[in-house]
Amino acid sequence: MRKLLFVLGGLLVAHLALLLVHPAGAVRLPDGDALEVGVVFDLGGRGDKSFNDGAYAGAMRASQELGARVRFVEPGEGSDREAGLRLLAAEGMDLVIGVGFIFTDDLTSLAREYPDVAFAGVDYALTVDAAGNVVAPPGNLAALKFREEQGSFLVGALAALVGGSKKVGFVGGMDSPLIHKFEMGYKAGVRHVCPDCTVIAQYAGVTPEAFGNPGRGKELALSQYQQGVNVIYHASGSTGLGVFEAARTLGRFGIGVDADQYNEAPGRVLTSMVKRVDESVFNAIQRVQAGTFTGGVYQFGLAENGVGYVYDENNRALIPDSVHARIEALRAEIIAGRITVPSTR
Amino acid sequence: MSRLRQVFEEGVLAPLVALLVALVAGDLLILAYGQAPGAVWSLLIEGTWGNAYGFGQVLYKATTLTCTGLAVAIGLRAGLFNIGGEGQLAAGGFGAAIMGLWLPSTTPALLAVPLCVGAACVAGGSVGLVPGVLKARFGAHEVIVTIMLNFIVLAFLNWIVSAHLAVPETLHTEGVRAGVLPRLSAMIPAFHGSAANWTLAVVLLAVGATWWFLFRTRSGYELRAVGQQPDAAEYGGIHVGQAWWRAMLMAGALAGLGGVNFVLGYKGYYEDGFAGGAGFLGIAVALVGRNHPVGVLLAALFFATLSQGGLAINALVPKQMVEVLQGIVILAVAMAVPEVRRLVRQAAGRATGRAR
Repeated sequence: MRKLLFVLGGLLVAHLALLLVHPAGAVRLPDGDALEVGVVFDLGGRGDKSFNDGAYAGAMRASQELGARVRFVEPGEGSDREAGLRLLAAEGMDLVIGVGFIFTDDLTSLAREYPDVAFAGVDYALTVDAAGNVVAPPGNLAALKFREEQGSFLVGALAALVGGSKKVGFVGGMDSPLIHKFEMGYKAGVRHVCPDCTVIAQYAGVTPEAFGNPGRGKELALSQYQQGVNVIYHASGSTGLGVFEAARTLGRFGIGVDADQYNEAPGRVLTSMVKRVDESVFNAIQRVQAGTFTGGVYQFGLAENGVGYVYDENNRALIPDSVHARIEALRAEIIAGRITVPSTR
Repeated sequence: MSRLRQVFEEGVLAPLVALLVALVAGDLLILAYGQAPGAVWSLLIEGTWGNAYGFGQVLYKATTLTCTGLAVAIGLRAGLFNIGGEGQLAAGGFGAAIMGLWLPSTTPALLAVPLCVGAACVAGGSVGLVPGVLKARFGAHEVIVTIMLNFIVLAFLNWIVSAHLAVPETLHTEGVRAGVLPRLSAMIPAFHGSAANWTLAVVLLAVGATWWFLFRTRSGYELRAVGQQPDAAEYGGIHVGQAWWRAMLMAGALAGLGGVNFVLGYKGYYEDGFAGGAGFLGIAVALVGRNHPVGVLLAALFFATLSQGGLAINALVPKQMVEVLQGIVILAVAMAVPEVRRLVRQAAGRATGRAR
């Protein structure tokens, strides 16, 4: 017992001493009148190399270029989403951003409760009322949505032009309206440049797990490649890693999604359909700073540089100049409104 | 005198040392991250017990954790390691939601609430019963069965919700029509915004009932006897298999009750993945609470504080640091539990014995 008491005393002294230490670089909570922005991540959190990291990059850019003070919250469970948003809103942040459609409900109710705070939801899901009309988000809430179908259209055209086969492939994650947008845009792009091409479109499953099943992705991709497909576009989260694996094994091509996925299979990733979450977040912060922020639905398409495809020194060798020029022409036509890309089945 | 001394040493001194070990480890972690420990700790307290909203969040989180903690504790009392809390919790929430969706919205609350809560307990209980019966009938190891059952239950719920019941573009069902439990803020306005709700009262009753059952009833005595020494209990005329499946049924029902907190008390709908690890954290809650219902309640409050406090200090340190801290607390407290220390000593003794 004496020993235990000594240990106790020793620990107590150590703790009290450590409490007094104040490292030079310690962050002090923000005060003053800088623009304050709070970001609550999805449960996946930072390090997903896609969605959350995109939001992080956009916020950090705003912090460097606009001098915004940014705070991040990473929720640990379902109720933390609301708690995180509330924490930031209650502190009087100028803008609070929820990253992911799963924040939809929480953002809507908090925006009503804190009318003086600006809110933004990446991929905010618009609700439809009984009469079939879209319910507008509250006036201080910006729904940041993406025209994934437009970017998918371009990579579809690219797949058909570069693939050298009358068959092109698509692997979706969860069979759901969100992923149908990718599929429909892609198919339209393929048919636009190659009317007699067929698209083999398959989904990994009907549950959210379908976004995290590389084994299934590889299986689907191998069977598509064996049917004569040369290029597969995936919109399936980490299931797509299996698609790249198959592309590497058979020496064919895959197309990445959301972020530039070139590094997942160097040389075998034709391009990636990028969704510029960073751009949308930066844009929202910029609007708040400029005092032009209003709620409503913001669509980020090709025109807003919200979606696009990767064309850089990594994959330039894979895409002939003539094809690139053709794709750029298509981009211009979509932006000009001469081509309308379907987004639903 | 020596008895008093032993109680003081094991009951007060050891947990205090454990807590201080965790605190000092936390200090060092915070310093390693370049922040001031004093500032971080005070922010953590301020964001949890320091204001009504934070305290309400702590109560909300503790409500679920108490249920899953009791589910593990009651299993351990019967000598069974129930790792199926996650699946039982999710099934309970699902049961409550289905009942709430099925009942007409005109059902009086006095009828709807017990029906929904009952449905949660039945759903969780049935998931718990499976490993209990398999253990009693065939001797199947409950650790394996409960772990595997987690996957089955979660995958099934995931499929049925996302494929059939979910509102488009979301992962949750429609709002329940009946059986919603009011939030505490309806009565105490200071709690405004926090998710704390009347499930807390139901769970406090469950804590009392569990204590009464374990220590004041014959079946509770039998259950504990089986947990201490099944062969001796059998010899003493206790039906061991029956005690096992009963314990697992109760464990499942208690975990299932935790689902009410989110589904009926907070959101009003079932959302895929709402359990979010609370079922697994229940193991730590039971361990730190030393398998005593009141201990479980206190441990649940402690872990809920860490969880909510983690959000509050997220501005200064990353979430992972709070998770590491949680792990250190579990380790430190586990070492302070006399049973665990004895086990470690025995294992060490065996190891050195063999080495010789």
